[in-house]
Amino acid sequence: MSTVRAPTPLLRRLWLSTDARRLAACVAGGLVLAVMTGPEGSGTAPTSGFTGSLGNSRVIGFVVFGVVLWLLMTARQRYGTEIRAVSDRLSAAPRRLLPDKRVRGVFYLVLLGIAIGYPTVLNGFWQEVLVDQIGVYVLLALGLNVVVGYAGLLDLGYIAFYAIGAYSAAYWTGALPVHPLFHLNAFYAIPLAVLAAMLAGVILGAPTLRLRGDYLAIVTLGFGEIIEIVANNLQGVTGGAQGVIGIPHFSIHFLGVVYHWGLGSLPYYYLLLGFIVVVLIAFHFLENSRVGRAWVAIREDEVAAESSGINVLKYKVMAFAIGASTSGLAGMVEASKIGFVEPGDFTVQLSILILVLVIFGGMGSLPGAVIGAAVLQFLPQYLRVHPLFGFQQQDLYLYLGAILVVMMIFRPVGVFPSRRRKRELGLAEHGVGSADAMESTTGPIS
Amino acid sequence: MLLQLADLEVRYGTIPALKGITLDVGDGEIVTLLGANGAGKTTTLRTISGLQRAWRGTITFAGTDLGHMAPHEVMALGIGHVPEGRRIFPRMTVLENLEMGAYRRRGSIRPDLDRVFGLFPVLGERRKQAGGTLSGGEQQMLAIARSLMGQPRLLLLDEPSMGLAPLIVRDIFAIIRQIRADGTTILLVEQNATQALRLADRGYVMENGVIVMTDRAEQLLRDPRVRAAYLGETAGAGG
Ligand SMILES: Nc1ncnc2c1ncn2[C@@H]1O[C@H](COP(=O)(O)OP(=O)(O)O)[C@@H](O)[C@H]1O
Ligand SMILES: [Mg+2]
Repeated sequence: MSTVRAPTPLLRRLWLSTDARRLAACVAGGLVLAVMTGPEGSGTAPTSGFTGSLGNSRVIGFVVFGVVLWLLMTARQRYGTEIRAVSDRLSAAPRRLLPDKRVRGVFYLVLLGIAIGYPTVLNGFWQEVLVDQIGVYVLLALGLNVVVGYAGLLDLGYIAFYAIGAYSAAYWTGALPVHPLFHLNAFYAIPLAVLAAMLAGVILGAPTLRLRGDYLAIVTLGFGEIIEIVANNLQGVTGGAQGVIGIPHFSIHFLGVVYHWGLGSLPYYYLLLGFIVVVLIAFHFLENSRVGRAWVAIREDEVAAESSGINVLKYKVMAFAIGASTSGLAGMVEASKIGFVEPGDFTVQLSILILVLVIFGGMGSLPGAVIGAAVLQFLPQYLRVHPLFGFQQQDLYLYLGAILVVMMIFRPVGVFPSRRRKRELGLAEHGVGSADAMESTTGPIS
Repeated sequence: MLLQLADLEVRYGTIPALKGITLDVGDGEIVTLLGANGAGKTTTLRTISGLQRAWRGTITFAGTDLGHMAPHEVMALGIGHVPEGRRIFPRMTVLENLEMGAYRRRGSIRPDLDRVFGLFPVLGERRKQAGGTLSGGEQQMLAIARSLMGQPRLLLLDEPSMGLAPLIVRDIFAIIRQIRADGTTILLVEQNATQALRLADRGYVMENGVIVMTDRAEQLLRDPRVRAAYLGETAGAGG
């Protein structure tokens, strides 16, 4: 910049401009996405994947996507503060519209009323989606939110506890090749399944939660794999790769009340809704309890938490076990609803998916976990019925990845962040940490 | 003696960081532990508070062997630790930070809040502000105040003057003096040798994981070897 040079050629000038380079990257990204989500090539026509997806009107949508992304990024750079102010105001709006506790209580009751009433007018397909895709995943997201959002532990094998819940259901109802200690009605096996998942959480957590960050992620990743492989190969116990069938539906015979869950989705939906409401209330109180404050402290600075006399390991194991038991509960309910379990239901991809749901909604935020899971699980189903841009189910993870990348750029705290997380974002944006740089230029002089 | 370290050895993997430290702190004293970067001062404090395991040797606090205690158990016995680099909770408010310091206690913390706001008026003014938005000096004060909330008998301070302007260092050292006057024993780790020795009753000098010198503070302040190594003077030139 100091010396005046001969005029640079246009191409070089373009290359030197960040905006142009970024535009190129965005459009290229869009094109890659188009190819990856387009038709597949075949042995006889290996290039047909390319030509089929690039020589097609579909590609326009992806180029537009790339340009829009670039516009968003550029706008963010130029008008970042303004955009942030608007988005903060929008996400704070619900809280400001409902300042009064009682008004908020009524609002939640209305929401609950809708959650109870609305599904009855849906058709069977959507009722099933509500249970299998939304209800179960909301529960899963709520549980992982405790681990990742509250305690700040990265658990990449979360689905393993869901598997343990599901296989416990199969075990206690006698559906597995091995015979249980005693037969139980599926409904009464729920506490045992939850307990099994929780115990697994404690057994895995107690030794590994001493490890820091990345190591924990690796260990949990491995644990998830182990559970899947064991389920696949321990034929005599788990039924192997075919899985097990014949897990009975729930039923209650209690104090004169007799009820059988059957093939219909709606009764399972209401059961799940009940569990979700209980879990929401419990986690809400947990978040604001001594335990919740210990989790915040651990998440913020483990050493400082230890120096404040917090039993870090205990609270980490607690978060891990609470998450695990929630996951086990979800697995138990789903196993009884569909009546079978198979190892293919417990891939690492699902652990990642649930993590995405939590991150999308806003880590550490209960509404975030619920809304994040509901929206992200609803959309693919909706697109399956009403395809847009030739949406294909097998490309789901690609789009989820893209959403995550975009989220991390524009709104890393998630759609519905907790108040605390928002403060974290605010501080990061204002460069806390560099705040004391000025002072530290004066070294220790005596 | 309130705190006694006897023949303490600590290793990171196979590399020894402390090679047999013997050190004691009497009730009501300010003892300073001096030494260059990497001497093992932080390791000593971390081992006392259970953040680091000892390889050999004993740590006794008020007659209790701290041998295999976890950090929260050590804190519960009455040892407060202000870690190196002022590890406050950046996203909690000042008040929340202080409440975390009293995490293990039951009952009202009101009197303790009044006390630390008396010692550090600036924290009282900023009680609703996020810890991370405080200046470096204020963060250091918050870290000290937080550990006072646990009502420690012994306070371990790891380089409280690190990276702070001289005026602020002076304030903080004055407050340390006040904390001792209020009845808390202090083990102060410092590189800022002059000020630490002016404040302390006794001092230890550490090099490469061993104590190379110990004496009353005013003796150390006059010792030519200390002056040469830590006060930036050449041996014999001081007077
Ligand atoms: N976590 C660690 N892993 C390995 N070596 C360490 C670790 N922490 C400190 N050390 C080593 O132990 C020695 C003492 O370090 P430390 O106690 O931090 O010294 P000081 O606080 O006096 O600067 C140094 O040689 C340092 O490199
Ligand atoms: Mg140090």
